[in-house]
Amino acid sequence: MALFTFKGGIHPNDGKSLAKDKPIVSVLPKGDMVYPLSQHIGAPAIPIVEVGDDVLVGQKIAEAGGFVSAPIHASVSGKVKAIEPRFNPTGTKVNSIIIENDGEYKEIEYPHVKPLAVLTKEEILKLIGEAGVVGMGGAGFPTKVKLSPKEPNKIEYVIANCAECEPYITADYRRMLEHPEELVSGMRIVLRLFDNAKGVFGIEDNKPDCIEKLRELIKDEPRMEVKTLKTKYPQGAERQLIYATTKRAIHSSMLPADAGCVVDNVETLIAIHNAVVNGRPVTSRIVTVSGDDVQSPGNFKVLIGTNQKEVVDAAGGFIGDAEKVISGGPMMGFAMFTLDTPITKTSSSILCMTNDAVAEHEPSACINCGRCVDACPSRIIPSRLADYAERFNEEAFVKWEGMECVECGCCSYICPAKRQLKQSIGSMKKIVIANRKKRGN
Amino acid sequence: MNENYNISSSPHIRSKVTTGSIMLYVIIALLPATIFGVYTFGVPALLVVLITTASAVITEYLYQKLMKKKVTIGDFSAALTGLLLALNLPAEAPWWMCVLGSVFAILIVKQVFGGLGQNFMNPALGARCFLLISFTGRMTTFVYDGVTGATPLALLKAGESVNLMDMLIGNEAGTIGETSVIAILVGALFLIAMGIIDLRIPGTYLASFVVFIVVFGGHGFDLTYVTAHLCGGGLMLGAWFMATDYVTSPITKTGQIVYGICLGVLTGLFRLFGGSAEGVSYAIIFSNLLVPLIEKMTLPRPFGKGGER
Repeated sequence: MALFTFKGGIHPNDGKSLAKDKPIVSVLPKGDMVYPLSQHIGAPAIPIVEVGDDVLVGQKIAEAGGFVSAPIHASVSGKVKAIEPRFNPTGTKVNSIIIENDGEYKEIEYPHVKPLAVLTKEEILKLIGEAGVVGMGGAGFPTKVKLSPKEPNKIEYVIANCAECEPYITADYRRMLEHPEELVSGMRIVLRLFDNAKGVFGIEDNKPDCIEKLRELIKDEPRMEVKTLKTKYPQGAERQLIYATTKRAIHSSMLPADAGCVVDNVETLIAIHNAVVNGRPVTSRIVTVSGDDVQSPGNFKVLIGTNQKEVVDAAGGFIGDAEKVISGGPMMGFAMFTLDTPITKTSSSILCMTNDAVAEHEPSACINCGRCVDACPSRIIPSRLADYAERFNEEAFVKWEGMECVECGCCSYICPAKRQLKQSIGSMKKIVIANRKKRGN
Repeated sequence: MNENYNISSSPHIRSKVTTGSIMLYVIIALLPATIFGVYTFGVPALLVVLITTASAVITEYLYQKLMKKKVTIGDFSAALTGLLLALNLPAEAPWWMCVLGSVFAILIVKQVFGGLGQNFMNPALGARCFLLISFTGRMTTFVYDGVTGATPLALLKAGESVNLMDMLIGNEAGTIGETSVIAILVGALFLIAMGIIDLRIPGTYLASFVVFIVVFGGHGFDLTYVTAHLCGGGLMLGAWFMATDYVTSPITKTGQIVYGICLGVLTGLFRLFGGSAEGVSYAIIFSNLLVPLIEKMTLPRPFGKGGER
């Protein structure tokens, strides 16, 4: 059978065998909990608790700071210790609420939720927004906003991003294997919002067990189908996934809704299920701890705000002296200089590497081999764009379509000269955006 | 707590392919042709290969030392240039010509323009053309089996008959590396199998050359005539190993096809209507100069703007 896919991409060593067969284990935190007020794209949340306040599990501690924003909830019971800037996994200091965990996990009384059948669309969206659901694959875009396009009737596809194309990460895989009903329930809820839409689960063909399980589960759901995708990075990138499943292509100044699509990943759909069916806010997520420097790699259910060090310890800690620790996948994740940062809504994994592949090679001259061109899913010319970026040649950078870069990192991965192509192009994109803003004012 | 792990921009993993490994694969792919050349032309050919390669590497080393730059002979690109130049020389080339050619290739064509990746012309071919113009006699005198003889292409141009089988195997006069079509193809297949080159440039080059020969050659579709042209001279070596040089060929996919067609047409033009029987070297270095233009004309369309198909 022909597999659904896109042009370009790479096939890195996927490292998934390390944690693939490890069932999800819950980790209970011991230390203080840190809740950064920016765990999402958009305005930071605004604290609604004060230092010294007692809080319960599930209690809202910060409310959305704008339309594009999301509230934050406590995942433990205890006392608010401080509200101060702390390092988040991306290495920036963000204002955070710190809660001393009393270890009792006393919950608030969750409001009674009406059955899905009698909920109105507005009520569903409100529940999702109030639960603080954001894109949990890594981007962190507030889900309520994503699910409120201008013309909901023009949405024809709700795509569940089950690709999990980043190497090493198996969190979504375990979710699909252990809780497929919750995933399907999440899809059912989103389909309620879009009357003309079909639900498509896009899964890479390296997860045949999940494909089989989901097919079995949705066999009586006329509006849902499973599409098998070719295993290739970045199959789970939004534009590539939309193209693979619907053959519709969008560029940088279009939204998925312009192609009649809405995309949510596995963890997000399950959070939607929890919000609407159980009335529970986002207080935990699945985190894969893996890499060649971890004693026993595995998948863990971790409370948001837990110190990353505790999560690595739950996996047995390091084997040796890790040289690099990554929050997220090896292709798009962030290298962390310290493990003293919290798990946030977008932390899909912690990878501990004995060797830093980036430091092993000094970048050398481009030999024009074109491997980056072959690999680029955006079909642009990374090597030339990096040249323009390094010379701050904004005009040429834009003319050669540098703004179309999705920063997947395929070019840097494949480059035989080990040039930091993605880094140069990504920085230049930020400069161009900043300059455009400046000119606009 | 401050552990200071390494930080860097993503991605955090890298493929195993390096510039050095690519160059090394190309050198390996040239070995069948080199060994065949040494077998056919004997010790003088071996000396030419050794002297040319060594002087290319030494030139790069000395220049970079002198200019206080990072020495990059470890990426094998200078060695590859030297070897390619040697394969483009007659076995009788005196030692000083070998050295002069290598110095010209590395110093003038490559380093002065900024080193690896910056040269706008294939260094080995640039040097060959330089030697061809400067020492035409020595560069076009070929000894085979102890007698000075004309190359099959020269015979073809003079309207005489040639032995196709000998041309395929390499029992003929010519430069060290160009005579055996079979040995060259073995190397080319290896490069294709290793994913170093693809058919885009060599395929369009050879195809458009055949079309040109059929239309303008005066023999119509004469299989013997066309095959002789394909197997003769530097065409095979040029098409598979020099036209495919990354640095001096277009990076865009469509551009590579345009480039291949340019090469085919120019080679045909030079061979049929030029003063010399050969035309590959000039066709390639001339097309090298067109590369920036070709790239500009063939900018791909990005994903979402038509480039996704």
